[in-house]
Amino acid sequence: MPEIKNYTMNFGPQHPAAHGVLRLVLELDGEVIQRADPHIGLLHRGTEKLAEHKTFLQSVPYMDRLDYVSMMCNEHAYVQAIEKLTGIEVPLRAQYIRVMFDEITRVLNHLMWLGAHGLDIGAMTIFLYCFREREDLMDAYEAVSGARMHAAYYRPGGVYRDLPDSMPQYEASKIHNAAAVKKMNENRQGSLLDFLEDFTRRFPTYVDEYETLLTDNRIWKQRTVGIGIVTPERAIALGMTGPMLRGSGIEWDLRKKQPYAAYDKMDFDIPVGVNGDSYDRYLVRVEEMRQSNRIIKQCIDWLRVNPGPVMASNHKYSPPARESMKQNMEELIHHFKLFTEGMHVPAGEAYAAVEHPKGEFGIYLVSDGANKPYRLKIRAPGFAHLSCMDEMARGHMIADVVTIIGSQDIVFGEIDR
Amino acid sequence: MTSDKKTLREELEGQLADQLVSVEERLGETTIVVRAADMLEVLMQLRDAEELKFAQMSDLAGMDYSAYADEEWQGKRFAVVYHLLSLVHNRRLRVRIFADEDDFPVLSSVIGIWPGANWFEREAFDLFGIVFTGHPDLRRILTDYGFVGNPFRKDFPLSGHVEMRYDPEQQRVVYQPVTVEPREVTPRIVREENFGCH
Repeated sequence: MPEIKNYTMNFGPQHPAAHGVLRLVLELDGEVIQRADPHIGLLHRGTEKLAEHKTFLQSVPYMDRLDYVSMMCNEHAYVQAIEKLTGIEVPLRAQYIRVMFDEITRVLNHLMWLGAHGLDIGAMTIFLYCFREREDLMDAYEAVSGARMHAAYYRPGGVYRDLPDSMPQYEASKIHNAAAVKKMNENRQGSLLDFLEDFTRRFPTYVDEYETLLTDNRIWKQRTVGIGIVTPERAIALGMTGPMLRGSGIEWDLRKKQPYAAYDKMDFDIPVGVNGDSYDRYLVRVEEMRQSNRIIKQCIDWLRVNPGPVMASNHKYSPPARESMKQNMEELIHHFKLFTEGMHVPAGEAYAAVEHPKGEFGIYLVSDGANKPYRLKIRAPGFAHLSCMDEMARGHMIADVVTIIGSQDIVFGEIDR
Repeated sequence: MTSDKKTLREELEGQLADQLVSVEERLGETTIVVRAADMLEVLMQLRDAEELKFAQMSDLAGMDYSAYADEEWQGKRFAVVYHLLSLVHNRRLRVRIFADEDDFPVLSSVIGIWPGANWFEREAFDLFGIVFTGHPDLRRILTDYGFVGNPFRKDFPLSGHVEMRYDPEQQRVVYQPVTVEPREVTPRIVREENFGCH
């Protein structure tokens, strides 16, 4: 009988199920994984080093490009770290806007995840459904910041500008005639809040649609139940956070446990799993979308009746209004200094963490009093999750590796930084 | 929250006593400094002691203090900063440990305490050249295969040392010394305290 040897297989970096540029070296015994060694860094851009050479404000757009499917949550952690060090008071309205967009971002992220994860393990339709809803939320991003994805909307001291009173409209073209365009513009007649309210009314039905497709689907369950089980103790020791930790049954959510922005005023529940397998993590994320929808609704109601400033008034850190800048010498100097030299953050160190859609996203910011950070360390949730790949995949089949990568919700922008 | 933090400081001083080099409370965060020789013992205690229970290591960051405040740095150059999280007590703690030698910084690996530290230590090794003894698989992680140097050290230029291009004559990708000039758009300035305030 010939000697049976382990077989080494290279998975990625150009593989559609690798969610970016993951290179996975798999050691196989037949089709069973003996060892999985992820090689990362193919998307390493040195964000942290670059930030040391940019002023504090110039690094905000870099944050969008970390986890590029949950842009505003990254920004939130970064501006929070600066606000902690400088002691800027963020106006309440800005905090509500941040919470609302954090939750919009969470829905965006989970929709992206659900669609791509479904596609990876054999469900085609879900992908199309998810991307249909993402479009509406991207329009909300665009209405408020001008960009569909890389918003740079959160600034130290608040948000860039208040919510717009009108939504951009579709225009008639060769493809869509006037009647079709009128129908497409139906829910865009009012303000951004009206548009979002319409969305929150529709969204629970959409989530029901996804669940009809997947939750009791026999193939879906065969692919996810019992795959990549993590025990609660192990999940904590391995540094798992977010849905990965909650999927294992630990009720830990920074929005509840260490509330930031206006989360202490929100009413929502934390879903937890029981078995800690891929299926439970799927259920947790789907329920999180419903809870996010609830939070968005509460924010809309509050924002409608509470106008006010959205940016702190300390011009050492936040720019003065454009109009006063044109008329007032003092404001002009502030504006000039802020956008050339940049703000000076007092010497010290701060760690600010937010409940990012993927887990705990933390920014460890060290300042020595200069106009640039001395050191910026990004604690990416996906980095900790992917490092568990070996442990989670051992003993599973090759096809399950795809399920596990999917259920970890891997995005390389944040892992490689 | 304030009373909670008070007890953390008391707990730390009670449990660790003379193993603490310093305790600092600022901006609602607690930072302790521990000697490299005591690190494993202290960290183990932080994880296991009933009143501390820092069961999770959220983050591990390498630090190079050599250019801090644009002055000659007096202390040790390299440090590792651990961010610990206690889920039971809902508290965070920052632990800073300086490596004894500047030329060859060595610290003990904490994989035995928090297995999640594995990749974080590889990252600090890759970017700062800090060696963790006891790490089972200390390889580079973020930089390219065959990369030379530790890019996050303060004496490593932002533009790096080598660049990569396709050479049509050799018909392959080649490395060559960087051709771009280092430039600084906004100079780095450290102002004295309360600059511009009256």
